Amino acid sequence: MEELLSTFVRSIFVDNMIFAYYLGMCSFLAVSKNVKTAIGLGMAVTFIQTCTLPINYMLETHVLKDGALSWLGPQFADVNLSFLSFIIFIAVIASFTQLVEMAVEKFAPALYASLGIFLPLIAVNCAILGGSLFMQQKAFPNVGVATIYGLGSGLGWMLAIVGMAAVREKLAYSDVPKPLRGLGISFIITALMGMAFMCFSGIKI
Amino acid sequence: MGLLSEKNKEVLLGPLSMNNPILVQMLGICSSLAVTSKLEPAIVMGVSVTVVVAFSNVIISLIRHSIPNRIRIIVQLVVCAALVTIISEVLKAFAYDVNKELSVYVGLIITNCILMGRLEAFALGNGPWESFLDGIGNGLGYAAILIIVGFFREILGSGTILGLHVIPQSFYDMGYANNGLMILPPMALIIIALIVWVHRSKDKELQEN
Repeated sequence: MEELLSTFVRSIFVDNMIFAYYLGMCSFLAVSKNVKTAIGLGMAVTFIQTCTLPINYMLETHVLKDGALSWLGPQFADVNLSFLSFIIFIAVIASFTQLVEMAVEKFAPALYASLGIFLPLIAVNCAILGGSLFMQQKAFPNVGVATIYGLGSGLGWMLAIVGMAAVREKLAYSDVPKPLRGLGISFIITALMGMAFMCFSGIKI
Repeated sequence: MGLLSEKNKEVLLGPLSMNNPILVQMLGICSSLAVTSKLEPAIVMGVSVTVVVAFSNVIISLIRHSIPNRIRIIVQLVVCAALVTIISEVLKAFAYDVNKELSVYVGLIITNCILMGRLEAFALGNGPWESFLDGIGNGLGYAAILIIVGFFREILGSGTILGLHVIPQSFYDMGYANNGLMILPPMALIIIALIVWVHRSKDKELQEN
């Protein structure tokens, strides 16, 4: 229980996908122009992240890892398929995104109308693949922790993009030097927010 | 049509400045910033991305007429993932330390937006040779920014270039100190913002309102 809680809090604040690792910056910069769409994309990312991480975790522990295939019989005990992990992970993510898109289109047209354009974008969001790769690197003890990590890192990403969108909405009224408008000032704001988030990095839970 | 006609030259050289993937198209920022605290990983990352973009562009361009439209993103991702797997194995074999430093960011080349952006915008509608040039151009434009950022962060943050000390000891004796802040992630964003500032003051038509 304690481990679940600490993984959850750490993945939101300390290991924040955007401010600590810069993952998902492209959509972060492109879609953070207003708060409403930012919330929509944030929710979609959190959802996909929470669903794909346990799937990839199971694949990693039972198929890909060194010796993971030993349940098939002793002759498979020293098979190491980990070089395939990039292809497997991205295939899971891309097909899952496609599946979710079709399911949402069929069963929840209202949600599809509001999320529609963002769903296909998520397959190429670095935060999702990054989550799976960090999962591989951190070697979580069980699938519950991996799921909580997915939920937490998705929520952390959402927190970042919503905060950024709120700042940028206000920014429309300020007098920024012309060459810095748009992209330049967004970088600087992200950097300042990242410095603020660095204060979490010393926390040990 | 020569191999390097006017149009192809434009395709190759455009992304270096006027149509730079990071500064103008806003692509590929994701996996790039964290690898620039030193110059060496920045160069390795730039080269790897160039290779992957160029070859995935060629492959997708060759099979562009036989990909069904609905699943094209999955096909593109699988092609990229296969190429990145090769790169990652090569790095593990010949540059193990750099590979460890880059950690997950090698795998994240797959979802680097430059790849998908160029595949969608260029390779799906152009022949293999043009696509190859486009890939090389965009990869180099990306590498150039990484190298500039990596250079400044390394020289100001650790006083070295490619691991060699370039700031003389007498500077340190006079009270000069390395700026530890430069090694931390947020400074990469600030340096890119400064590059954007300089770039857009030179090319006024790129400014946003």
